[in-house]
Amino acid sequence: MKYIDEFRDQQQAQAIANIIALEAKSDRHYRLMEFCGGHTHAIYRYGVQDLMPDNVEFVHGPGCPVCVLPVGRIDEAMQLAQEQGVILCTYGDMMRVPAGNRRSLMQAKADGADIRMVYSTQDALKIARDNPNQQIVFFAIGFETTTPPTGVAIKQARAEGLTNFSVFCNHVLTPAALGAILNAEPPVDIDALLGPSHVSTIIGSHPYEKFAQQYGKPIVIAGFEPLDVMQSVLMAIRLLNKDRSVVENEYSRAVTRDGNIKAQALVKEVFEIRENFEWRGLGLISNSALKIRPDFAEFDAEKRFTVSAQPVVDIKACECPAILRGQKKPLDCKLFGTVCTPENPMGSCMVSSEGACAAYWRYGRLRVVA
Amino acid sequence: MCLAIPVEVISIEEDTAWVSVSGVKKEISLALVEDVSVGDYVLLHVGYALNKISTEEAQKTLKLFAEAGMLEIDS
Amino acid sequence: MKLNIKTGKVDMSHGSGGRASAKLISDLFMKHLNNEFLAKGNDSACFDVAGKRMVMSTDAHVISPLFFPGGDIGSLAVHGTVNDVAMSGARPLYLSASFILEEGFPLSDLERIVISMSNAAKAAGVSVICGDTKVVEKGKGDGVFISTTGVGVLPEGIDISGDLARPGDAILISGSIGDHGIAILSKRENLEFETTIESDSAALNDLVTEMIKAVPSIHCLRDPTRGGLATTLNEIALQSAVGMQLNEAAIPVKPQVAAACELLGLDPLYIANEGKLVAICATENADRLLAAMREHPLARDAAIIGQVVKDEHHLVQMQTRFGGQRMVDWLAGEQLPRIC
Repeated sequence: MKYIDEFRDQQQAQAIANIIALEAKSDRHYRLMEFCGGHTHAIYRYGVQDLMPDNVEFVHGPGCPVCVLPVGRIDEAMQLAQEQGVILCTYGDMMRVPAGNRRSLMQAKADGADIRMVYSTQDALKIARDNPNQQIVFFAIGFETTTPPTGVAIKQARAEGLTNFSVFCNHVLTPAALGAILNAEPPVDIDALLGPSHVSTIIGSHPYEKFAQQYGKPIVIAGFEPLDVMQSVLMAIRLLNKDRSVVENEYSRAVTRDGNIKAQALVKEVFEIRENFEWRGLGLISNSALKIRPDFAEFDAEKRFTVSAQPVVDIKACECPAILRGQKKPLDCKLFGTVCTPENPMGSCMVSSEGACAAYWRYGRLRVVA
Repeated sequence: MCLAIPVEVISIEEDTAWVSVSGVKKEISLALVEDVSVGDYVLLHVGYALNKISTEEAQKTLKLFAEAGMLEIDS
Repeated sequence: MKLNIKTGKVDMSHGSGGRASAKLISDLFMKHLNNEFLAKGNDSACFDVAGKRMVMSTDAHVISPLFFPGGDIGSLAVHGTVNDVAMSGARPLYLSASFILEEGFPLSDLERIVISMSNAAKAAGVSVICGDTKVVEKGKGDGVFISTTGVGVLPEGIDISGDLARPGDAILISGSIGDHGIAILSKRENLEFETTIESDSAALNDLVTEMIKAVPSIHCLRDPTRGGLATTLNEIALQSAVGMQLNEAAIPVKPQVAAACELLGLDPLYIANEGKLVAICATENADRLLAAMREHPLARDAAIIGQVVKDEHHLVQMQTRFGGQRMVDWLAGEQLPRIC
């Protein structure tokens, strides 16, 4: 596969690993936060951890939209399907997340709710066209990568006059989450960040510049493949060694400073910023999420339907809040592997395959039991 | 982070394109990109092309890997 | 976490072949039906009849779509049960077939399926010798459900079972993984992608015969169906109380299957196969077994993919193509395409 296989080459991995080992100063400990769940996943799936010297450590960040979505929002989506009889279209990632009363969308489907897994918002539009007498709600989640596709669907629904289609919007913003992490009390102990690959494709590399400057931490935009991750680690180490808190772009084949202007304009046209949004594990963060503009109100499921779910309090012993902030590791949580497993996730970090705990469990547990 | 993979554009019709990755073909939306031609590589995420992949930048990055640190990286 | 029998409901993850399926079997079925045969945990059961050993296995087929590239529910039903019997080393002889038909199902489609079954049975050298048909009201079935039971005869001196893997043994696969599952997924609504990948659905009894001729002392054989190669290896690791170390680079995956998996965020290790088998044998016999497999048209791409190791945690681990180590866990629920 072009642009994939070349970025997974084993020999080059070893070569870069050797350079990292050489350049990482022995009297220093490098703590690098990979913001994105996708990077956490890649690191464990390929065993990139094994190729790092002992003084280079990965700290997992909150960049997993499934992990940070409050359970109450899933309950609301479930209500739409169960009580209001809508056809709820959702990405596969959300199907197994346990919501209120530990029930998931998959279980609600088993109980008879019309919940359909889709790959694309285009599929949801098709379902709306094919079922003119029913209401279709698209359960929108994701960071800036996934928001433009929702925007396209809303505009297309308007153009086609699809009056039975609406969106339950839960799109969130990366810079806000980044700010929450860097602003956290107590401060998160990280030296540099590996920035998200595909969010950056859309928003560009410039939004990170103010964070690098303000907090004095280098940020390297890292591609998604394991060689990208390793090269980015090397770049971060070099910046740290030179004391340079700037943004560098390793993923230059897909990310520019300005990003995708067309996609940004489209998002701006359809969405606006919510004053506040509750993030699971991180609490209330201002200006961190999007809602649909009044102009497109007829496609806003929150206006078309009345939903209200009880706020669900996460279990006390669950360390997800600290893990999402990079303050603790999955192994620090008493529930990890005992009560909390992928089949029975207690908190957000275990529910999604991108969550730190899920990644540890699926790929990295051999280090735990060894 | 969002799962997106590089795919090759093999045919275009207005706002949609057929793309291929190792012989697996899919029809996707081009609503978020501009100036895409057959033969270009784009990043595919949830049925949409997010961006074009720059061949020159890809080559540059691969060259960096191959040199494995012999090149000093300036900002 | 115990199965909640009181108020719980069946959901799709119970059918995916992974941990949830295993729990349903252990906490509900085995609770009431347990005996020495079921306790062994194999796909078939071996029992004595008048001094000889017979093997019996049963399967239900609920696949959708009914017709897919490379096969249909009919041929799949025959192959699946023939293979389960063959994995014990037995020669499959007879099948029973019971049909649950949904009201309104076209007879022409039914005939297509039955012809396909007949052809598959002939090619595998087995006969369908008894059957049953029931009809359920429209909406209560998925077109057709087929259940097949197979019986076979186990020759003397053959002892192949999931609990016989030993540290040092070689692990072999008969060919590329993920073909069947991807062929099915490509036809699934809302996931349409075009591919020339066909299901690998095939009867493996002839291959098994050749393999046993070459290495009579094979320890384990199993076909990695639902839950994929990863689940099958974890099952055997648990049954045999061993660990496994795999080499990712050695596991054959067709480029199109790899590409489809990238597209959907799936892992080929967990995708169903219907015409492949895993073999575990003593390391000194591995090369001979591999050569015999590669002689057979259904196993030209056979490969040695790893080794059984001593491990009290019964973990299946893998050296990645990238050079690092990762675990290959059981399938948790149903593997769903993801966006993140």
